[in-house]
Amino acid sequence: MTPKLVAKDVCLEYRQPRTGDRLLALDRINLSVDEGEFVSIVGPSGCGKTTFLSVVDGLLPATSGEIIVDGMSVNKPGPDRAVVFQDASLLPWRTVLTNVCYGLECIGVRASEAQDRAMKFVKMVGLEGFENSYPYELSGGMQQRVNLARALVMDPKVLLMDEPFAALDAQTREYMQEELLRIWEQANKTVLFITHQIDEAIFLSDRVIVFSARPGRVREHVKVDIERPRSLNLKRDPRFHTLEDRIWSLIHDDAFV
Amino acid sequence: MSSRSITDIYQHNERAVIGAGAFAAFLVLWEGFSRGWWAMLFEPLLGESARALAIKPIFISSPTGVAQQAWTMFAVTGEIWPHIAQSGAQLIVGLGAAILIGVPLGLAAGRYRTFSYILDPFLSALNATPQVAFLPLFVMWIGTGFWMRVLIIFLLAVIPITMNALAAVRTVDPRLLKVASSFGASELHTFRTVIAPSALPFILSGMRLAVGRSMIGIIVAELYGSATGIGIMINMAGDSDKVFVGVLVIVIAGLLMSEALRAIERRYDGWRPVIGDNT
Amino acid sequence: MHGDGLQRYTPQLVGAAAVFAFVAFWEAAAAYKLADPIFISSPSRIASVAAEMWEDPDFWRDIKVSATEFIWGYLAAIAVGIPLGLAVGWYKQLQYALGPFIDVLNAVPRVTFMPILVLWFGIGIWSKFAVVFLGAVIPIILSTYSGVRTNEARFLRVAKSFSASQMKTFTSIILPGTAPYIFTGLKYASGRALLGVVVGELYAATAGVGHMIAQAGNAFETDRVFFGVLLFTFTGLVVTTILAHMEKRFDRWRPEGAVR
Repeated sequence: MTPKLVAKDVCLEYRQPRTGDRLLALDRINLSVDEGEFVSIVGPSGCGKTTFLSVVDGLLPATSGEIIVDGMSVNKPGPDRAVVFQDASLLPWRTVLTNVCYGLECIGVRASEAQDRAMKFVKMVGLEGFENSYPYELSGGMQQRVNLARALVMDPKVLLMDEPFAALDAQTREYMQEELLRIWEQANKTVLFITHQIDEAIFLSDRVIVFSARPGRVREHVKVDIERPRSLNLKRDPRFHTLEDRIWSLIHDDAFV
Repeated sequence: MSSRSITDIYQHNERAVIGAGAFAAFLVLWEGFSRGWWAMLFEPLLGESARALAIKPIFISSPTGVAQQAWTMFAVTGEIWPHIAQSGAQLIVGLGAAILIGVPLGLAAGRYRTFSYILDPFLSALNATPQVAFLPLFVMWIGTGFWMRVLIIFLLAVIPITMNALAAVRTVDPRLLKVASSFGASELHTFRTVIAPSALPFILSGMRLAVGRSMIGIIVAELYGSATGIGIMINMAGDSDKVFVGVLVIVIAGLLMSEALRAIERRYDGWRPVIGDNT
Repeated sequence: MHGDGLQRYTPQLVGAAAVFAFVAFWEAAAAYKLADPIFISSPSRIASVAAEMWEDPDFWRDIKVSATEFIWGYLAAIAVGIPLGLAVGWYKQLQYALGPFIDVLNAVPRVTFMPILVLWFGIGIWSKFAVVFLGAVIPIILSTYSGVRTNEARFLRVAKSFSASQMKTFTSIILPGTAPYIFTGLKYASGRALLGVVVGELYAATAGVGHMIAQAGNAFETDRVFFGVLLFTFTGLVVTTILAHMEKRFDRWRPEGAVR
């Protein structure tokens, strides 16, 4: 079975505008994600995780290498991929419902149809009743759910998530992790998830990819062989701790050498 | 060491290049109209109607005309200096009075609620009125002399200064006021140590507004009749070159004062986190 | 917050009381000759002059002239200023080319050009229209421009991630984000427009409320002068209130108490 998403020898080089120096941010990244898989990327700060996600989404052009989705090479944003950023970035002048419709509008879907489709996802993320609220009336967690609905309604082949819960407080964050799994199981999507939190990565994923420090390279793939559906108690399970230790030591070696 | 090509250098200074280019093009265009260059250029194309592209200098002057006239007025005859002195004096007195009265008034209104309720309708009404409409009234009261113009400048300046001082007090962090009162600070002391420093940037930007308005006051008051002053110079000049020189002086004076105030603002603003571009 | 009932209206009540006291004092000062009514007029005299002028067709002609200058000049400034501000904000090169000119025009009180405008357009309605237009168009351009530039990068990123076209980005992100700034500009410009009317008519005119004030001033008809000034005050207050109401309609999505 061909994987849903493949990164082939992806390199990214930065050119500092002031000094003209060249900085290597990503060094020959090779990885793949199968259909329906939930894969996380973790790594020390500044290792290029977010940069990589931007390249996959087409917001940043790779210096060399390819991103292939469903067998087709891509280098620009497209309806086959949708991003959930850390900052919900909901358009403040639109209601929840019209915010979710935004991506559909951009590809030319008619307003009435867009609203019908959007409403389904507003319900799926558990915000029924809030469809006419404005972003300023919602909590951080709720805004992220709208952000998620906005991405899901596009029916993307791959869902990209860039530390979506980083700005939330600890309790909301845990709650959202559970919610995300529930929604993911319902929506049945392929997910590439970036995070700083090792426990979050293990809890959510089928597989965790560990990046090295800059320049970012794939250091190791860690399979999470824990059955689903998963609940938060899992974080107290000894298997969980073993995985955490393993990933932590991988990152630690890199970050503090 | 990275090498920088011509394109690099252009991109780095794009703003300056295009800006300077546009300005140069404007000057050339202007000069051309007054000297009939374009009329001559387009004659083979447009025939008789090309004449329209030659505009008599009396209507539009020209960059060279303005430069020449400026040199004459500043360095040769020195005729511009009394005008500048007149207008400058009016400005200093009027603005000075506006600051001396407006700042305490605004601070008091900001601090004492009831006082602001009393002052508010009058401030709003005065703010909504084009204050120059009071000119005929002032002329009736005190004639067209120096003091009439000081009065209109005062009126134009005192409103933004007062309103800004008022708003400035309102935006003082209430927690700071709590700290002051918890240390038993007297009213005067609180004003000096908490309110005034916090309010200063706001007040300074009010002064910038006031300077702009005052310039309007100078012009309008003098258009309305006086013997000396930049405004009257603009008016009486049958010669459009002099008009443009007058305009130039106003522009430069306004820009200088604006910059000076901004510099003061920056000096006292060091403790504030920068939030975007405050213009 | 203030208490219930009448207490909620304390600011307005105190304000109204202050105005009432002022009016009463003024009337008394004129009645008891504290100063010559020829110089200070009085509320009652202003009121009777108002009644007189209500019947006077010349007065209505003046109103029409000033109103025409104001409305058309202001509308023209909006029609030119907003698109221009948007264009200058959106296209970097345009901002580099036109920026210096706009900044200079902003630094000069537009009334400075009054004599030149009269030279070009005569003392009729066109020179007034020109000074109103000039006065209003600059603040509108500047605040619209400001609004476009301040558009948050994160919203633009949203548009980009959904492959929005340039046009779509403009209409769905830039325009709504710029709206509050445009309103600020409109409010400021209305004051400038009104100022243009007054200055233009004081300087050189054959009709209009400002012209009426100037003539009345020359003839020491103080009551008329005050009446004229009050008309401008009234207009200024009405226009800003209308704009504030329109702004509220566009402001539903903002959290309460956002200061602008």
